Amino acid sequence: MTDLATIWAVLIAVAVFLYVALDGFDLGVGILFPFAKDPKERDQMQAAIAPVWDGNETWLVLGGGGLFAAFPKAYAALMPALYAPIILMLLALIFRGVAFEFRHQGRNRGKKWWTIAFAAGSFVAALAQGLVLGGFIQGVTLVDGAFAGGPVDWLTPFSLLVAGALVCGYALLGAAWLVFKTQGELFERARGWVKQLALLTALSMGAVSLATLGVDPRVTERWGLTMTSVDWPVFIRVMPLPLVAGAICYLLWRGADQRRHLAPYLYAVGLFFIGYIGLAISLWPYIVPFEMTPGDAAAADNALSLMLWGAIPMLPIILGYTAYVYWLFRAKVDTDAAYH
Amino acid sequence: MEWDALLLSRLQFAFTIGFHIIFPAFTIGLASFLAVLEGLWLFTKKPLYKNLYLFWVKIFALSFGMGVVSGVVMSYQFGTNWSVFSAHVGSVIGPLLAYEVLTAFFLEASFLGIMLFGWKRVGPKLHFFSTLMVAVGTLMSAFWILAANSWMQTPQGYAFAEDGTMIATSFVEVIFNPSLPSRFAHMVLAAYLTTAMVVAGASAFALLKNRALPESRTALRMAILMMVIVAPLQVVVGHESGVVAHEYQPAKVAAMEGWWSTRPDQPTILFGWPDETQERNHFEVAVPGTGPLLFGNAPDENLRGLDDFAASERPPVWIVFWAFRIMVGMGLVMVALGIWGAAWWAFKRLDTARWYHRALVAAGPSGFVAVLAGWISAEVGRQPYVVYGVMRTADAVSPVTAESVALSLMFFIVVYAIVFSAGALYILRLMSRGPDTVEQPPESDQPPGTPLGAAIEEAR
Repeated sequence: MTDLATIWAVLIAVAVFLYVALDGFDLGVGILFPFAKDPKERDQMQAAIAPVWDGNETWLVLGGGGLFAAFPKAYAALMPALYAPIILMLLALIFRGVAFEFRHQGRNRGKKWWTIAFAAGSFVAALAQGLVLGGFIQGVTLVDGAFAGGPVDWLTPFSLLVAGALVCGYALLGAAWLVFKTQGELFERARGWVKQLALLTALSMGAVSLATLGVDPRVTERWGLTMTSVDWPVFIRVMPLPLVAGAICYLLWRGADQRRHLAPYLYAVGLFFIGYIGLAISLWPYIVPFEMTPGDAAAADNALSLMLWGAIPMLPIILGYTAYVYWLFRAKVDTDAAYH
Repeated sequence: MEWDALLLSRLQFAFTIGFHIIFPAFTIGLASFLAVLEGLWLFTKKPLYKNLYLFWVKIFALSFGMGVVSGVVMSYQFGTNWSVFSAHVGSVIGPLLAYEVLTAFFLEASFLGIMLFGWKRVGPKLHFFSTLMVAVGTLMSAFWILAANSWMQTPQGYAFAEDGTMIATSFVEVIFNPSLPSRFAHMVLAAYLTTAMVVAGASAFALLKNRALPESRTALRMAILMMVIVAPLQVVVGHESGVVAHEYQPAKVAAMEGWWSTRPDQPTILFGWPDETQERNHFEVAVPGTGPLLFGNAPDENLRGLDDFAASERPPVWIVFWAFRIMVGMGLVMVALGIWGAAWWAFKRLDTARWYHRALVAAGPSGFVAVLAGWISAEVGRQPYVVYGVMRTADAVSPVTAESVALSLMFFIVVYAIVFSAGALYILRLMSRGPDTVEQPPESDQPPGTPLGAAIEEAR
């Protein structure tokens, strides 16, 4: 019988992954906004995500709210440590979120301004999430469970590298989503983006993976490596992971090349999944790296079980109507996409 | 007063939540209004209701979007700025917020997509169902957040764990804490009234400009109906909420009422200038001896004044005193406008009552003012505690630097100023244009979503 804290750690990890896989393509579409040919193409790009972005962003609220509810001590330790990038992310998400409606309310100047706000908001939100992730992986300074470091501890070459990689990865998800949802000229352009971004993401993921090995000796050990020697049995067990990632990158490139519609997006999600597993291998069982395990940070058992009783019926229902909405809007976007 | 992380975090929280509450206060009511409009359209097939729906749904989309983005901020601020609070009460109110996400946020967000973009893709019944789900979602969300907030005002059903954090001994007691029923009812009615005032103001404006007459006349009557029933009801519910606060948070009520001394026959102070150093009100205008009438105490039973609390246990009196009066004043304006409108309606002069229309336009934002003032008096009134009587606000703040918070507060002010003034501009622009009243070709009585209806929509 697994304990409640572990169950909740897995559930929150799933919520965060769903956020990345879903809102990742929304943000990616925003990041690709400047590369569209004309305003009409940008309208199509936005129409490809407009009915679903709000539901997608809700997974971020579940991630944050869930962390607060299930692991209050981890939430209390991490949020002050990552204060600046979290606030930056929230502000950027404000611009991104309102721009959907505002772009269609604004007249000439207003529309231009909200187009820029949408692209910049998406880009900065992705960047800030990367900084949060980087700051999280490298660990935070705690004394008695409370943050005791400085206001810019999160800002390191490592976190910047992770941020850059996440922007590439989201752009890849966005491009692959556009391949799935658009037709004609934009579909062709999106295929080209997927090919370029698959390569860029592969390179940056590789760089992040190598850099993560240097974050802490405990991580290096997980991968069967130390400064001086290789622990072959461990190394061989984890080695398939980067190989699978490489294979997925190739399939992704080929899927775009062969004009497949849905395959590139699914492969891109697969790539993120491999990265996620890699992260789990590096950091498990820490919910605040190298400081707190889920057990250390968990809320009281009665709180966790009350929430589990809510999550067991609600999550399948949520996934059910989310899937229905996606099914409803499964058609490709019209080339003369109009807003509601 | 020192400009430390505590004060700055309080300002930031007040600023961000003040902006946030404006939107839910409006969209809770508007979602229900839209559900009623669509229901009426389905039932009567009168295009007028569809025109009204399509008009208000645009305003809903704008407001809801702003509510979402300002709401995401709140779910992270508990951690960024109030981490000690989060660590200590997470086991008690965390599940309430988790239930809000699970039962409300996903429901609203997903069905909003169908509501806004699914007009041609689903049948009319399913579209109506989506509008209903959004409306239900807004109400559930209000329930959970009010449960969490009410627990912070009147905590019960908790104990302390060995490490000093709080745990729930009974979640039924936590959720259904003493102030939840009256405060939840008070907030939902406030949201309905806020929407009614906006709908009345916008409809009256259209009537003044001679636009969309059938639509505006109908919407105005719906708003007046809401006002004339709900505004007086709100007075009763608000009073009940005050009675509960008097029992559990006597210092808050003493500050609201401006009572400095403890005695049985407290006055009702209409106007005054509370002075915290001299502990009295300047320029007081009061009706003496009406306290027992309001709070039902026996003639020899004291009503506690601020002198019964050490200075360190008192909320800032001036803010609470005035915010409370502004809220009550707005409520009375709504009661009056409701009765005035009902009278013109009864005399069949509602559509030509120009001065009444002008008054409604002026009172359009009165709901927002009342909601903000009400929340200010409730939240400032429970100071110096964040969990009343248990945890002080000063002990709840995150270990972050004042510089970080000053910077983030500055950014919030700039960004909110840009985003929300643009949003207000777009909403006012839509309102001044009024509903589209395209004469429907006869065959487009076909509900949207059916193949024929979709084809007609396409052709237009």
